[in-house]
Amino acid sequence: MPTVAPLDLEGHVVAVEFLGDVPFFATAAGEIRRLDGGEKVTEAHNGLLTCIKDPFSTSLLTGGEDGKVMRIAADGSTTQIAEAPRKWINVVAGGPQGAVAYAHGKTSFVALADGTVKEFAEERTVEALAFAPKGLRIAAARYNGVSLHWVNTSSPAADLEWKGAHTGVTFSPDGRFLVTTMQENALHGWKLDGKAGDARHMRMTGYPAKVKSYSWSPKGKWLATSGAPAAIVWPFSAKDGPMGKAPLELGTRANILATCVAFHPVEEVLAIGFIDGMILGVRVGDGKEALLRRPGKGAITAMSWSGNGKLVAFGSEAGDCGVIDISA
Amino acid sequence: MADTAPQKPVPVTVLTGYLGAGKTTLLNRILTESHGKKYAVIVNEFGEIGIDNDLIVESDEEIYEMNNGCICCTVRGDLIRVVEGLMRRPGRFDGIIVETTGLADPVPVAQTFFMDEDVRAKTELDAVVALVDAKHLPLRLKDSREAEDQIAFADVVVVNKTDLVTPEELATIEEIVRAINPAARIYKTTRSGVDLARVLDQGAFNLERALENDPHFLEHGHEDHVCGPDCDHHHHDHDHHHHGHDHHHHDHDHGHDHGHDHHHHAAPSAIHDVTVKSISLRGGEMNPDRFFPWIQKVTQTDGPNILRLKGIIAFKGDEERYVVQGVHMIIEGDHQRPWKDGEKRESRLVFIGRDLDREKIEKSFLACQADQT
Repeated sequence: MPTVAPLDLEGHVVAVEFLGDVPFFATAAGEIRRLDGGEKVTEAHNGLLTCIKDPFSTSLLTGGEDGKVMRIAADGSTTQIAEAPRKWINVVAGGPQGAVAYAHGKTSFVALADGTVKEFAEERTVEALAFAPKGLRIAAARYNGVSLHWVNTSSPAADLEWKGAHTGVTFSPDGRFLVTTMQENALHGWKLDGKAGDARHMRMTGYPAKVKSYSWSPKGKWLATSGAPAAIVWPFSAKDGPMGKAPLELGTRANILATCVAFHPVEEVLAIGFIDGMILGVRVGDGKEALLRRPGKGAITAMSWSGNGKLVAFGSEAGDCGVIDISA
Repeated sequence: MADTAPQKPVPVTVLTGYLGAGKTTLLNRILTESHGKKYAVIVNEFGEIGIDNDLIVESDEEIYEMNNGCICCTVRGDLIRVVEGLMRRPGRFDGIIVETTGLADPVPVAQTFFMDEDVRAKTELDAVVALVDAKHLPLRLKDSREAEDQIAFADVVVVNKTDLVTPEELATIEEIVRAINPAARIYKTTRSGVDLARVLDQGAFNLERALENDPHFLEHGHEDHVCGPDCDHHHHDHDHHHHGHDHHHHDHDHGHDHGHDHHHHAAPSAIHDVTVKSISLRGGEMNPDRFFPWIQKVTQTDGPNILRLKGIIAFKGDEERYVVQGVHMIIEGDHQRPWKDGEKRESRLVFIGRDLDREKIEKSFLACQADQT
């Protein structure tokens, strides 16, 4: 049985991320706590709405109710990237060469390392942003689709249309697919590398609840999602992605909703957090399950693996957090 | 398992009203007066709210149609996001107020609190409050459908700026409001000075409380009740419906004398601009095996035309009052409380909407009565 080192915080935990081997816990109130030879605190926002790990650097990116976009370094120091007074910053994304994307209202912004800010007008309110794995390109999810913008050119956006509200967006690690989560209990996907005229759409439906958490397996072969009483794991290794294939259901529990998923950094092992606070570790190959944490005070809202794959940090909506050592 | 008690849902008040009706003044009062409660306020623009407060959130009205094949299932996407954010720190406030723009359709706002599972789990629609400018209402009704929709959809109508009109004009305004929405509670005031206890924490959408607070629901002869020309109450002493002239689709010249005995409304032009009508039904004890399939069918087929429906149903052999509420195709019902001794066991139901077939709905409603064979 893995050991769990608990950490009790005040209120809803928005995000948990590792920078190196140090776990960071971001609360909705705006504090970011890290366990770095003792508990240390960064006051990042007056009301924190989003916190992600920048995939291109060793830092966190955050947005808040105070209209600020911040970068949090591994030592807890903060740098303000942008400020939009009286706007809520719900979405941020980290790109290559220090670029940071954020949005409010019907505009996406990309702040470049040299201080220039590029603006992209969208048809509807931006619900989510993601950088493509290659090239300086962003995807902005909105009502009725996604708009793709090359940051450094003034060419018009490439629009991927699909009726409905798209609330989250992610590129597959190889850049061949783009997947959105929707207001309806569904995912939608586009195959980006197909020839013109190919069937590009991928509909992934059947969830009993909204999909709020997703995670790509290390090489991008699988996309795990929450929103069902199991992790729903779609196969993306084939040319056409999951089309015509059934997803795997891992860690199935009777009527207990999976709320958070996180793939191990190297192996095809998935951590699944549930609405009752339980966490399971499941191997994709054979579906073998291990209990990582017993049920707690609230739904798991965030999970992250350390770079070496030995630790899983988690947070919940009730503030009961912790770090699981699976090597013990 | 979990050792935390389920959170009590946070009440949400929706504030509608045309530009200039007094919404900002009312909001400022709610934010500054000492009533011991704190409210998070979601506004379209900070505009004239001269108060800096962490709990005022600016949000672009963003209407999303749901892909479930139902044309009237629209929600406010921005509210889903903002409410989710607010509810992550619920200790900061006692309630949420959503201010809509003057031209806004109140329906998507209300439906958000029924359609979105996450929002529904943590919040509860408390009441839709419409502010009406007494001076300008007749004009508004002429040039827009929204003003009418806002009244039709409201639980509470605050007729504001009453000092700018004569008592006769005010009586007409009340009559118009009542004609559009016989189920709403109406308050008359100046400078948005309505008692906040009449606006906030009403529980109008809460089936347990809705009718408890409104013992005179659809009662004829209630002292505040002003019957409009479209009033369909059974004991009506002046029947407007037999003069062979349809007020709602009639396009006649208001200037001419149409020669029927009809002295009730002083502002015929305004009344004639009303396209929403209400159907107030009254019947005896119902057979649940007839009533439930009937109400399902009505809301499915006429849902797009039904703005609101509310009712108290007496079921044969059931010792408790059953209350129902609906918005378009969404309908909810539950037992409310035991019938009191001597209380007349009858069923009352009001539909507010457009293009509703009164005769058909009334006939099929009465056919659900338990003593019908």
